[in-house]
Amino acid sequence: MLQYSSRFMRNTLIASAALLALSAHAQSTVKVGLLSTLSGPGAGLGVDIRDGFQLAVKLAGGKLGGQTAEVIVADDQASPDVGRQTADRLVKRDKVDFMTGVVFSNVMLAVGAPTFQSQTYYISANAGPSQYAGEQCNPFFFSASWQNDNLHEAAGQVVAEKGYKRVAVIAPNYPAGKDAITGFKRFYKGEIASEALPALNQLNFGTEIAQLRATKPDAVYIFLPGGMGINFIKQFVGAGLAKDMTLFGPGFSGDEDVIKAVGEPMLGMFNTTQWAHDLDNAANKKFVAEFEKEYGRLPTLYAAQGYDTALLIDSAVRDTKGQLTDKTAVRKALMAAKFNSVRGEFKFNKNQFPIQNYYLRMVSKDAKGRVTNRLLGGAVLKSHSDAYASSCKMPG
Amino acid sequence: MNAILVLEQALNGLQFGLMLFLLAAGLTLVFGIMDMINLAHGSLYMVGAYLIATLTDALGNFWLGLGFGILGAALFGVLLEVSILRRLYQRDHLSQVLGTFAIMLMCNETVRLIWGAQPISLNPPPALAGPVELFPGFSYSSYGLFIIGVGLLVAGLLYLLITRTRVGMQVRAGAANREMALAMGVNVRNLFTAVFGVGAALCGIAGGMLGPVLAVQVGMGESILILAFVVIVIGGIGSVRGAFLGALIVGVIDTAGRALIPMLFAMLMSPEAVANAAPAVASIMIYVLMATVLFFRPRGLFPAHG
Amino acid sequence: MTPHPTLEDTADSILDHRLHWRWAAPVLALLLVFPLIASALGMDFYVSLASRILIFALAATSLNLILGFGGMVSFGHAAFVGLGAYAVAIFMQAGIVNAWLAWPLAMLVSAGFALVIGAISLRTQGVYFIMITLAFAQMLFYLVTSLKVYGGDDGLSMAGRSILGFGLDLANERVFYYVTLSIVVLALVAVARLLNARFGHVLQAIHENEVRMTAIGFPVFRYKLVAFTLAGALAGLAGALLANLGGFVSPALMQWSQSGMLMIMVILGGVGYLYGGVMGAVFFLLLEELLTHFTIHWQLGLGAVLLLVVLVAPNGLASLIKLRRRT
Repeated sequence: MLQYSSRFMRNTLIASAALLALSAHAQSTVKVGLLSTLSGPGAGLGVDIRDGFQLAVKLAGGKLGGQTAEVIVADDQASPDVGRQTADRLVKRDKVDFMTGVVFSNVMLAVGAPTFQSQTYYISANAGPSQYAGEQCNPFFFSASWQNDNLHEAAGQVVAEKGYKRVAVIAPNYPAGKDAITGFKRFYKGEIASEALPALNQLNFGTEIAQLRATKPDAVYIFLPGGMGINFIKQFVGAGLAKDMTLFGPGFSGDEDVIKAVGEPMLGMFNTTQWAHDLDNAANKKFVAEFEKEYGRLPTLYAAQGYDTALLIDSAVRDTKGQLTDKTAVRKALMAAKFNSVRGEFKFNKNQFPIQNYYLRMVSKDAKGRVTNRLLGGAVLKSHSDAYASSCKMPG
Repeated sequence: MNAILVLEQALNGLQFGLMLFLLAAGLTLVFGIMDMINLAHGSLYMVGAYLIATLTDALGNFWLGLGFGILGAALFGVLLEVSILRRLYQRDHLSQVLGTFAIMLMCNETVRLIWGAQPISLNPPPALAGPVELFPGFSYSSYGLFIIGVGLLVAGLLYLLITRTRVGMQVRAGAANREMALAMGVNVRNLFTAVFGVGAALCGIAGGMLGPVLAVQVGMGESILILAFVVIVIGGIGSVRGAFLGALIVGVIDTAGRALIPMLFAMLMSPEAVANAAPAVASIMIYVLMATVLFFRPRGLFPAHG
Repeated sequence: MTPHPTLEDTADSILDHRLHWRWAAPVLALLLVFPLIASALGMDFYVSLASRILIFALAATSLNLILGFGGMVSFGHAAFVGLGAYAVAIFMQAGIVNAWLAWPLAMLVSAGFALVIGAISLRTQGVYFIMITLAFAQMLFYLVTSLKVYGGDDGLSMAGRSILGFGLDLANERVFYYVTLSIVVLALVAVARLLNARFGHVLQAIHENEVRMTAIGFPVFRYKLVAFTLAGALAGLAGALLANLGGFVSPALMQWSQSGMLMIMVILGGVGYLYGGVMGAVFFLLLEELLTHFTIHWQLGLGAVLLLVVLVAPNGLASLIKLRRRT
């Protein structure tokens, strides 16, 4: 009987020693916790953020701000529960200096609490919940992407300008989906023919399609990221609705990942974005070329966001000369945002969300005959901030 | 418009129900004849879908991919049975739960190892990608009709197999009274392997059919496994006829519930409240149905045992 | 008339489960010292992991009570854990932060649901009982998911931990660990006493042969229902602790896969052994934690080990250590 308990003890001690060895690290390393969705229907988004981020680190020689970078990649499985536990582990056990990567806003809201509590800076490469832009704004949260409503606001503007009268709206039933509908309605003032909120990562849209068939809108606005969008568009086209209703979406629903899976049936779809691969600036040209060379595919806006996040962290580490324990200095450096963003101009609002332009893209064939996005004209919304900044009472 | 809605939902329900049947048939036979709870059944479905997707991609042809994929799934099922599952027949149900759970974990992880964590795509063949106009004013996805066709065909073949062949007779005997069948000289080993192989093949077909509609991803089996268990409990454990009718009932009620309940709720509450309440009520309905069936007919609607 | 036998002078019957202080005491001593060792090694994070393992040990033990000793295979036990967790979170939102009030209330909530669900489910047998408990758990899961006022699918964050008073700050991981440890030890002692008392003997006898017990004249249904309710209450307590540990509750706690995991822990540890739940939970979670360090594909290793245990140790890990002789 005692054999068992001593064997157990021995194993525990061996394991503890091994873990201790693993956790020791050199002093001048920047540790970044990249917690993203790497499995399930949303996996494409997380993989892109990760790839964009790691490309930036690679191009800087494996460094961020001149210091060796250690990027710990983890999968949140699009679950707030798993996300929170993993975030806890990253900030408490691995003691990361920065956190980033979360795709979905429901996970973000769960990950936020332990991250802020441990005074670790979170730089969002995607999720930008309205809660963190307004009332629950926190000095430890920076969004390097946008605020959830933004792309939908731009889309609402476009749909209104194009004169559509009856629009059906479909968004997933989670915080970002609700932000999407709010944002869209803020700029589109016409009639909403129907509003559907399918469950996040639902893949069978029989009900929603039947509803569209019954209400007959002239345009359908879909915020369906990743696998959801792929499946919906396939089923939408398969049900024969594409000829009667024009499809609009934010950049998420019309980006390279969806295009690759759906292909030609998507031609003509409009989508709004803060970045496009044919945006004309030096940083972007380099980014797109290097990304295509490294990964063999065109980047999506998730990849661009991941890349920009790495550049932002790089600038902050450089400006503080690696003294990451001085939290005030780090915050000041992050606020300054002195980096060359692939989307052109970039600056932070006082609630630490971006002020930037939003553009319109259309899915079309490029010179090489590939189905991809084409940037249309000038900005739809210029130097646009978010609607929640005024309710943010940020300390200092 | 309303008739179209009803027709569309009826077809959706039939489609879903038939696919549930393919999964439930294998499960009910394994449970009924071998008296084994198999939590790894969903993994057979997942492996089938992955094999079909990969072969379709490699061979460039959906039909070839489907055919060889189904064979691959059956082979995988047989291998699994011969190597590991065979040892669990004599054990109690709890050990079977633990053992098949372990196999499920291993299958999930192996698939992730080979194919990666991201979902892979399986597209319907170009011939079936578009809609079919059933009558003026109503088009239905041709692939959906194809699924229904395949489901009915397989159900028919299975019926013939079970009622008109010798093997089928042994299966029915084994399901009705295992000990007696053994005493009467049924070659147990081969029968069990055959049943498992057929069950795996059925899962493979379901995987190939549903892959283009849903997504081919790790863990796709777990979500549908629960419904399969509900189906066999409603239909009666060990009875393929029960699985068929149970699956149709569950498929239609689930689909109808998901379509009609939001519409009903939309008349009473805001879209956001509908979005919260309707899916929950629609999901709960199936379980309420099962509880009701168990209350009135504790052995299911069409029990195999006499 | 012979005096009623006391616990001390009964011979060790096969229905008795001793606490085995001879080796349980050293383990307890180790557990008491553990946070100090962890601090010394700079591994404070592991104290909260240990708390987590202890909480699951409690949940698994509560399931073992009905599954192992009562023979009731409940596939919906995680629902009671989840209900306890949600109760604490909702009470906290409503302003009830006192642990002495919230935690017993959480146990009461879980027990209440267990009573109702048990009253209906225990009328069935075998696989049908499994399916009905699963059905109820799923219904509760979907119900909680639909309650957006409490976060729904996205879960509910708690403002802090419950307040215990007496200068014990539960926000301190070490304090929380010791509180959890005390609760788990008390629960195990209580379960042992229950099993060795008349109630426990009757319960196990019902498991052995229900027909005979009914024939003799025992109110079998009542005994099973009481056991089921008690198990629900204990699970609720585990849920309350779990909510405090993570500061976050979500419907994911109540999924059928969580119930399955609890069952796996009990089966792994040894069905019908007093420490079966504890050993199963410890082994499962430690293995998981260890394997995550070595490979991202840890589930493969976990599955392989579980399969090995099934094939090699038919009665679970506890049977490997001949803690109790079975005839």
